[in-house]
Amino acid sequence: MQKRLILNPDLLSITINRLCHQLIENHSSFENTVLVGLQPRGAFLLHLILAQLKNLTGVNITYGYLDSTFHRDDFRRLDVPPKAHETKMDFVVEDKQVILIDDVLFTGRSVRSAMDALLAFGRPQKVELLVLIDRKYSRDVPLAPNYVGKEVNTLAHQKVLVQLEPDKQNKVWLINEENDAA
Amino acid sequence: MTQLSQKHLLGIKDITEKDIQLIFDTADTFKEVINRPIKKVPSLRDITIANVFFENSTRTRLSFELAEKRLSADVINFSASSSSVKKGETLLDTVNNILAMKVDMVVMRHASPGAPHFLSRHINANIINAGDGTHEHPTQALLDTYSIYQKYGNVAGLKVAIIGDILHSRVAISNIFALKKLGAEVMVCGPNTLLPRYIQSLGVKVELDVFKALQWCDVANVLRIQLERQQIKYFPSLREYSLYYGINLAMLQKLDKEITIMHPGPINRGVELSSDVADSNHAIILDQVENGVATRMAVLYLLASQKQ
Repeated sequence: MQKRLILNPDLLSITINRLCHQLIENHSSFENTVLVGLQPRGAFLLHLILAQLKNLTGVNITYGYLDSTFHRDDFRRLDVPPKAHETKMDFVVEDKQVILIDDVLFTGRSVRSAMDALLAFGRPQKVELLVLIDRKYSRDVPLAPNYVGKEVNTLAHQKVLVQLEPDKQNKVWLINEENDAA
Repeated sequence: MTQLSQKHLLGIKDITEKDIQLIFDTADTFKEVINRPIKKVPSLRDITIANVFFENSTRTRLSFELAEKRLSADVINFSASSSSVKKGETLLDTVNNILAMKVDMVVMRHASPGAPHFLSRHINANIINAGDGTHEHPTQALLDTYSIYQKYGNVAGLKVAIIGDILHSRVAISNIFALKKLGAEVMVCGPNTLLPRYIQSLGVKVELDVFKALQWCDVANVLRIQLERQQIKYFPSLREYSLYYGINLAMLQKLDKEITIMHPGPINRGVELSSDVADSNHAIILDQVENGVATRMAVLYLLASQKQ
């Protein structure tokens, strides 16, 4: 397996800082804006962004976690069914501006299912998408992110590994699985 | 593990502790779903489920139907009292006819023990046992143990007493299997005539004095007297049963600890439980009903999610 570091801890914190500034530019006081992390991995990114926004603006922003397992379009088609994670949305999104946050945007299918899941909490005024890594040219559905940390051109057999768990160094790798077989 | 070890849910005896834990974890997520403003998810939208009830049921059937509808499944209901069963059709023919209408899952209640097992050997659909005679009622045991798990955070190490008509109770048998698999200590309590003769072989304690059972346990699961299954007299009168085995608030206040009272319903108020207990903070009877929908959603979801 070949592993290539595409974002080191320093670069990653600069990227997150930039994303936060872009959010502030569009949402200023975050009065009517909620941040929603897509489970499981978007939740880690959500917390990094929340912490940085708190540093920059001092405001406490409403946030939640959304799991879209029950809204996926590949139910009964997978060898091993996906495990559902906790959804924690203590608010309704009616007339709110929602920013969906995920680590990697690939086919777009999980974001599609997340938008479906989101509607159970009301009709938002606007939904935006923030991703740390956008794997370009690989979309299965017509969908584009509003805020992108880094764009990466990848092949189908490649994977992007994002490590954002607490107590670990934040890093992003590009993994070449082709060499596994060799 | 994200997959059940079985294709059907015929009884708790056939599933593993890991299966039960997976059902609990999935039920947690569905409990959140049924408390949302919109309580519905589209997971089972291309699945048709037949609720085939050869025996009367109110809450189990409502609970299953609600669980199925919350998962967006198409539901058809069948009850023996208004069907061709009365005209002499066999069980297999009845179910095959229903399956010919392209049904994916069958939820079945039947008066004969083993009826769902028989069916599982002859048809292709997933089968969920919703009670077979005096044998098993797996989803009831799952929701009971899930309710204990929710309240205490764990089932292992807890002492659970099952009190009442053990002899005719499928709920008791399934609960014993589930509780033992999860590591709880189990005691059964009731009049001698209502305890099966070899019940100790399941690894449970036996107690005839209800107050001693209450003193021993952390959780008491109180069962109803199943008069409809009793062809002979097992005790002189309901009044006498209630005198010796009925639980009232005064008894609970005499204990040196707080215990939890459960009941699978329907309650016969004034017989096995007095109203002051059924409506008290000790009782988690209505939580059990809510958890029933969540655990049944979990079972349906997990069985349906297996690759076809």
